[in-house]
Amino acid sequence: MNNKLQPPSWIDTFLQMRLPQEQFEEVQGDMHELYVQWVSKMSKSKANRMYLLNALTFLRPLPRRNKHHYSTLRPYLQANFFDMLFNYLIIALRNLIRQKAFSLINIFGLAISMSVGLLIITMISDTFSLDNFHQKKDRIYGVITTDQVRGQPAMHLASSSVRAGKQIGATVPGVESVTLLRRGFGGDATIKDTKISLSGLWASESFFQVFTFPLLQGDPATALIEPYSLVLTEKTAKKLFGQVDVLGQQIKFDTLTYIVTGVMKDVPKLSHIQFEALVSFATVELQKPDTGDGDFFAWENIYMNYAYLLLSQNANPQTVQVNLDQLSAAQNASFTNRKITLSLLPIANISTGERLVNPIGPTFFNNAARWVLAGLALIVILSACFNYTNLSIARALRRSKEVGIRKMIGAAKSQVLVQFIMEAIVISLFSLIFSFLLFLLLRTQFLSLASQAADLFRLELSAGLVVYFVIFAILVGITAGILPALFFSRINAIQVLKNASLKLFYHIALRKILIVIQYTFSLIFITTTIIGFNQYKSFLTYDLGFSTENILNIPLQGNSGKLLKNELTQLPAVQGISTSMMVSSLGSLYGGSMKYKDPVDSANVWMNHVDEYYLPLHEYTFLAGKNFNAKANAVSESEIIVNEQVLNRFDIGKREPEKALGEVLTVQGKKLTIIGVVKDFHYGTLDKNIEPTILRYSNEPGGYLNVKIRSTDLPATLANIKAAWKKIDRVHPLEASFYDDQIEQAYNQYSVMIKIIGFLSFLAISIASVGLFGMIVYSTETRLKEISIRKVLGASESSLIYQLSKGFLALLLIAAFIALPVTYLFFNFVVLREFVYHQPIGISELLLGVGVVMLLAIIMIGSQTLKAARNNPVNVLRNE
Amino acid sequence: MGKSYLGEFEEMVLLTVAHLQSDAYGAAIMEDIQQRTGRMVILSAVHVVLYRLEEKGLVTSTVGGATAERGGRRKRIFTITAYGIHTLAQIRQQREELWQLIPKSIRPSTL
Repeated sequence: MNNKLQPPSWIDTFLQMRLPQEQFEEVQGDMHELYVQWVSKMSKSKANRMYLLNALTFLRPLPRRNKHHYSTLRPYLQANFFDMLFNYLIIALRNLIRQKAFSLINIFGLAISMSVGLLIITMISDTFSLDNFHQKKDRIYGVITTDQVRGQPAMHLASSSVRAGKQIGATVPGVESVTLLRRGFGGDATIKDTKISLSGLWASESFFQVFTFPLLQGDPATALIEPYSLVLTEKTAKKLFGQVDVLGQQIKFDTLTYIVTGVMKDVPKLSHIQFEALVSFATVELQKPDTGDGDFFAWENIYMNYAYLLLSQNANPQTVQVNLDQLSAAQNASFTNRKITLSLLPIANISTGERLVNPIGPTFFNNAARWVLAGLALIVILSACFNYTNLSIARALRRSKEVGIRKMIGAAKSQVLVQFIMEAIVISLFSLIFSFLLFLLLRTQFLSLASQAADLFRLELSAGLVVYFVIFAILVGITAGILPALFFSRINAIQVLKNASLKLFYHIALRKILIVIQYTFSLIFITTTIIGFNQYKSFLTYDLGFSTENILNIPLQGNSGKLLKNELTQLPAVQGISTSMMVSSLGSLYGGSMKYKDPVDSANVWMNHVDEYYLPLHEYTFLAGKNFNAKANAVSESEIIVNEQVLNRFDIGKREPEKALGEVLTVQGKKLTIIGVVKDFHYGTLDKNIEPTILRYSNEPGGYLNVKIRSTDLPATLANIKAAWKKIDRVHPLEASFYDDQIEQAYNQYSVMIKIIGFLSFLAISIASVGLFGMIVYSTETRLKEISIRKVLGASESSLIYQLSKGFLALLLIAAFIALPVTYLFFNFVVLREFVYHQPIGISELLLGVGVVMLLAIIMIGSQTLKAARNNPVNVLRNE
Repeated sequence: MGKSYLGEFEEMVLLTVAHLQSDAYGAAIMEDIQQRTGRMVILSAVHVVLYRLEEKGLVTSTVGGATAERGGRRKRIFTITAYGIHTLAQIRQQREELWQLIPKSIRPSTL
């Protein structure tokens, strides 16, 4: 045949698949006949196109010529298909009811693991809907600052300078509007005679243009223009005035009077900017604070202010970024060893992306933490899926006859596959109901786990989420069911029906591998929890270089330390009182530059201002010299106490403490004489190295009172302290807390992490245990005859137990041999690297978890095998 | 009255089957309609209509007549049934009656 007249063969193949056999012949004949004509009339390519077009139109539903046609697509297009699905559903439910133990194990495992999955889905959905309420959210960018001082690592800040914001607004094209924010507005709002403390942000007039915060009262365009204008949220307005109709009302802060120019709807919870009130930025421009960081409008004043941009409709962020780079370069020209550069960050990434210094609001879990958490949850879910897989394949004997008969009657492979996947989906949908209830419980637990969690997450349900839940359950069902389904669909019908003893343990390797994986992860989880917990505990009791015992830190909140001290010294339980500017070792730092003899060599040192009682009260160890002398107010500061690192950094007195005494240091321009050297102590947290740190004298540093207490009746003592506080300050409640509790709070994030991992490890172990239990029950049941025969032939109970359990124990041992080294290496080389000061990992910590899990497994294996071994052989063997 | 309603295209196909006689199979019918009306006809449409007509009992079909240009594949020859002829006649009569009702002044003289 002439090749030129042959139409494309793939189109014919398509037709063949699509059409019933007897229709295919005539249609193809017609098509070829037409093709010959087309080729003679037009170009070959055009003829091919015609051919394809005509072939494709056969996709339309065709009337049936007779009832006995068949094509590959057919079974799924018949109405009958839905009847079959219904049949599968009935069979699935019947099996569910008949095999209660297996259903229970599966539903239990899936339900608890899925509840964690649901929680994570809700969390992720929350983070994705953060700041979604801004109508122009796609065009809003935050300006972030990278501060690079030569010789030091670069610092990325969420804040930027006022100058940067103004310059961008004035010079950069493609920016529709710029709004400047400044954090730290706060104080006692005075209305007539009542005082209520209030905090908020300063915001420039275009704030409402950039962000979508609807105003209930006032004009968004003008509300923040005039100095001393104040916009309240609905809640704040009600708190202050008991109503929202408050335009034009006056509020006093200290001596300044502000006027309410607007009332806005409350800030949604899923907003990264949170505030009670907004004050016009013009106010702070009048006051020009920040003299310590240079001029208010200085380029390097980058710590307190924030700039947000609204780009024009068609502006390209990259072009704007190029302009920002040019702007930064021009401004940096005057610096010799410092570079401050600006970059754009889409609003969606501000609090969920990379961690920035000085965030304006609470930061969300960053991406990494979110995925780690999701990964851990996935492991737990997979573990539950493995249970289903294992138990289903183990039950193969029972179901294989059913599958054999289905196949005899004419079920296609794909139909059996669909049936078994559907069964798994039915189970997972059942589990979804239970897991949803668990999820509701878990949610309240999670929100109360850490104070931050309640700030960050709303975890509210929506219709969309429910859809995700169902999709998630179906996916879990498919994951759990795919392996058994494949297994059953491949069953050879003849073999199964002829010979009941199908190669039952054919897939034994697969099952063993799944059990080992389950247990490996369970063991990794539990050892991680134990090691993590031990490390955490060791942080709390770590020798910081000073004593924190029974010390109550009271933030003065602007009150006079002297007055409070006078009140407190009268209490019998108070043993001593000192005053300090800050509480060290909790994570907050206060630093400044220091010089020794070399006028160009300056270094950053951490510092604290303390009075003469501070060092003895906290039991600091002096290596040389003595404590500060008490001085009257009038005398200017002249003395300083340093730690060993200061000597090392500047090589003072050949690093010998005695010789360093009397040397003079220049700290922030002041000349101070070293009168004492203390042993290195932890000014920062334990994940930081000990760095040069100095203690400066002030007879009234403000900040905190450190009260050493010795009391047999703590509640009474605290009540007395509270009463004393009331005399000094009637507005603010007392915020005293014990130093040890504060340290615990400082490491709170680790405690939260350990709680989460601990919870997951509990789940993983329960799921793995339940699964193992199911496998043991099953395998002892199937081997009951074997056991009885062994017994009749004289095997002892103990040898039977050994026989039955050795297989499982071997699997657990393999899991332990994988899990322990992995955990150890992970901690030693990844996690604990982050912590400069930590305890070594003990063998006992590693083995404890394994011991617990093994014990659980042995109890399960032992009880079941004992039951089987104790069976009277007569009862088992007589019905053969 | 006729229980089976015929669409315009169905009627066209049925008429073509009637006049093509022993040559009435998918491709030929399609060609014929295309030539007479000058409109683009899709093969599957013809087939669908033929099957439907067969279902309604207006045509019957036999398989046969392989030719070289069909690659040796047989064709399905459709023949109009007596009921089919009767239905066509009925339709024609209805039309004729309606034509008669149109005033002579506007009725084209050719018909």
